[in-house]
Amino acid sequence: MYLVLFIFFGGLCVAGALNLLFQRHPINSALSLIVVMSSLAVLYLLLGAEFLAAAQVIVYAGAIMVLFTFVIMLLNAGVEERTHGSGAAYIVGIPGVAILVCLLGFIFLSPHTHMARARLGDYVVSTSDLSKVLFRDLLLPFEVTSVLILIAILGAVALASREH
Amino acid sequence: MSFLIFFLLSCLKIAVVLAIFLGAVAYTVLLERKLVGRIQNRWGPSRVGPFGLMQPMMDGLKLFLKEDIIPTNVDRPLYILAPMIALGCALISIAVIPFGARITWYGVDMFQIADVNIGLLVILGVTSVGVYGIALAGWSSNNKYSLMGALRSSAQVISYELALGLSLVGVVLRAGSLNLRTIVDSQSAHGLLSWNVFGGYQFVAFFIYLTAAYAETNRAPFDLPEAETELTAGYHTEYSSMKFAMFFMAEYANMITVGCVATLLFFGGWTSPFGSLIPSFGGIVLEALLPVLWFVLKVFCFLFLYIWVRGTLPRLRYDQLMGYSWKFLMPLAIANIVATSLWLA
Repeated sequence: MYLVLFIFFGGLCVAGALNLLFQRHPINSALSLIVVMSSLAVLYLLLGAEFLAAAQVIVYAGAIMVLFTFVIMLLNAGVEERTHGSGAAYIVGIPGVAILVCLLGFIFLSPHTHMARARLGDYVVSTSDLSKVLFRDLLLPFEVTSVLILIAILGAVALASREH
Repeated sequence: MSFLIFFLLSCLKIAVVLAIFLGAVAYTVLLERKLVGRIQNRWGPSRVGPFGLMQPMMDGLKLFLKEDIIPTNVDRPLYILAPMIALGCALISIAVIPFGARITWYGVDMFQIADVNIGLLVILGVTSVGVYGIALAGWSSNNKYSLMGALRSSAQVISYELALGLSLVGVVLRAGSLNLRTIVDSQSAHGLLSWNVFGGYQFVAFFIYLTAAYAETNRAPFDLPEAETELTAGYHTEYSSMKFAMFFMAEYANMITVGCVATLLFFGGWTSPFGSLIPSFGGIVLEALLPVLWFVLKVFCFLFLYIWVRGTLPRLRYDQLMGYSWKFLMPLAIANIVATSLWLA
């Protein structure tokens, strides 16, 4: 049952990602990205991370992608032109992707890492467990990340207000 | 065997809840027409059936039989998908809402379709995805009024979602859980006095939630996405027949969901306002059904309030709408969180 769900939503995720690249209209690409985000949320749920799954839907699929579609609709972006891409992308890109895939495959498949131990279904990390980790063990990194995001917001405001 | 029973009972629950929910949606429309009629000193629908009670059926039949017009220059897949997203998301959130005390039959909870640990977040998530219905409808219609409506709706919903989410933090802090049943149980000790809105001192949060929820569901006085004086009908200008009806149903289903969530979070859900003052009477069936009646009564009061507000308040100007969310509701919600945390600490 879990495996069937995993294969279905994993496939949906990959199909959405490919569709994102092949669609020529930005709004279709944005919708494909929503499909990718939502199926990722289901994969998180299968791994027992229910809070992360809900946060993924609320924050990414619900808020950030609404902003994306909002901007696309506001600018009324048209169909993109299809080009052959730059030569550098072919020369560096394809070997780079191949190396990355090999490296990740090696890390995931080697029996000594933690990643191979993740399993599907049957257990749930409760929200209180998650908050204990976030607000006790990892409090400093968590708060520093929020300061980092605040700095990014301030930077965006500063850049936007310079034009006047 | 137990899986089969679970499966069949779940299907039964889904069918019954969906039927009641859609019926409630239809009759909320009638309630609105009757009440707004009385507010404007006229009768409202009164010809079809006694007191116009058959009006929703006839309206449904009429919309079902109307010609389905799809304009030539629309983006067809998205144009067809948009009302489905809107209605689908509006109907999904009812799945996690508990209607009555926990009563199990063959190990299956009879008054809730799915008891999820993070029920509150599920509702927020589904609501936030529901915006795409309106946004895509406006965009794919290829009509400037529709597009304006969709843009307004997206901006409005993003702004008010923050205030809405923050207003619920106080309630979650008090209950210490995101499970809707646990949140209701945390308010059930002394009836009315232990409800979050009174005993929990969450009336500020309740005000923020209600205001933000009215904006989220695009209802008056925040109905700028479909402001008929400026945008003809806003995002659903180009829709007809059942597709139009689906947007309409989604709006009323969202109203009912908001009423349910407000009842669960602030007004003690299915618990009686008198607490244990009234001794329990009647048999086991009445014990099970009385909480459901309280729940329905409370949700009805919220629907009444929705319609009352619609009949009373004029529509906001757009810059006022945005300023109200960002400059007033957001800081107030954050202040409420700080105050609640200090009080609980």
